[in-house]
Amino acid sequence: MIEIKGLHKYFGDLHVLKGIDLNVAKGEVLSVIGSSGSGKSTLLYCINGLEEIQKGAVIVDGVDVHAKGTDVNKLRQNLGMVFQQWNSFPHLTALENVALAPQIVKKHSKTDALEIAAKQLKHVGLGDKLNVYPNSLSGGQQQRLAIARALAMEPEYMLFDEATSALDPELVGEVLETMRMLAEEGMTMICVTHEMGFARDVSDRVAYFHQGIMEEIGPPEQIFGEAQSEHTRKFLANVR
Amino acid sequence: MDYHFHWRPVFQKLPELLQASLTTLEVAVLSMIIGIILGLLLALARMSPIKPLRWFATCWVELARNTPALFQLFFFGFGLGAFGIHFAPYFIVLFGLSFNNAGYLAENFRGGFQAVPDTQLRAARSLGMTIPQAYIRIIIPQVLRIVYHPMTNQMVWAVLMSSLGMMVGFRELSGETQFFASKTFRIFEYFAVTALIYYAIVKIILGAAKLASIRLFRY
Ligand SMILES: Nc1ncnc2c1ncn2[C@@H]1O[C@H](COP(=O)(O)OP(=O)(O)OP(=O)(O)O)[C@@H](O)[C@H]1O
Ligand SMILES: [Mg+2]
Repeated sequence: MIEIKGLHKYFGDLHVLKGIDLNVAKGEVLSVIGSSGSGKSTLLYCINGLEEIQKGAVIVDGVDVHAKGTDVNKLRQNLGMVFQQWNSFPHLTALENVALAPQIVKKHSKTDALEIAAKQLKHVGLGDKLNVYPNSLSGGQQQRLAIARALAMEPEYMLFDEATSALDPELVGEVLETMRMLAEEGMTMICVTHEMGFARDVSDRVAYFHQGIMEEIGPPEQIFGEAQSEHTRKFLANVR
Repeated sequence: MDYHFHWRPVFQKLPELLQASLTTLEVAVLSMIIGIILGLLLALARMSPIKPLRWFATCWVELARNTPALFQLFFFGFGLGAFGIHFAPYFIVLFGLSFNNAGYLAENFRGGFQAVPDTQLRAARSLGMTIPQAYIRIIIPQVLRIVYHPMTNQMVWAVLMSSLGMMVGFRELSGETQFFASKTFRIFEYFAVTALIYYAIVKIILGAAKLASIRLFRY
């Protein structure tokens, strides 16, 4: 379980997250929506400790992410992350991209790591691209590569930061399909997204962020049908 | 003009000259290896938040790039000699060249580091890699590709710079040439042949670098 308690985040004087309280249970799929600059990406970075926080706490399976003694490198193995810019490692083949972290972080033998990598690449539909370098993959394929790379660490949680926003429209579908597959397999997921169809169909709950505050959270039917907050309704009217 | 060319004495000494070329190559290669390691550290130091470290690295880079290479060699020879620190000619040349290589390469590496998006570091860290792991496995390999050509040029420059060795009594290719030339007075002939040897060494390095790049950078 991910527990976020009274989380405040500043960049200098800029107050980006203003007291977030949020629990995400095992197996849950949460979509996070909201306009640009509302702090969605920052929230994800605070969850896996890529950003420091100024107040409050983030607790993953009982471990305080930002506490002094916490081994964040160990923690991050359990929190896979997929970025908007897919960030393939250009100097490594698809197989090496995925196998590297299992080998050097999880200390698997090279053979085991390669086996895990091949399995995960097949899982996301890249079984025929094992020895290809990222620059000859499409954006959608590179994003699926990034998903396989995160999955190879066998995380219990996956954080998606606008995984489809940088893709050409015709490539969005294949990545959403992969995310949908993960959700069906029972992965716990927090998905920052602009894909309202995905948020409505796949998630258990949807959270709307507005200027650093979690304005509203509830099941998709509530958010998309009878949103309580004026801001939420306005936002949704604009994106649709 | 009645200067008569005599090539025979030069050709008789060709084995010695080729032997000295190996010394030249050795000192150039070693100074490059040291230069690359120090250059990487200097580039990282220049980007570090610790001010004295930045300052130290900046001084090094500025001196290496903006003073004559010969003076840099002299520093490790006569300069430190004045303080009672004496090195053999071989080490004077090795240290001088390494100092110069590190300074030039640091600047190239810094550009290389800036050219790798910092989202690469984030992605690596998100997989649980430590900072050293992320640098060694993800960032630095990409930087080395970006700086490969400047690095090749520096290697050529190191070979040519090593000829300054003759000014501090080091018997590399130029030192050796000078030695024989002054004994036989066939100065032009000796230096003409040596120039050709340098030319060949440089061409071989450039060719090898090209082949290696095809093998190394398949992406
Ligand atoms: N490293 C940083 N330093 C300073 N300010 C930052 C930094 N990262 C983000 N911000 C600022 O924090 C605010 C929230 O940014 P964040 O990226 O979390 O928004 P977002 O909701 O993900 O927006 P988008 O939909 O554009 O991705 C923005 O005003 C942004 O400019
Ligand atoms: Mg964002």
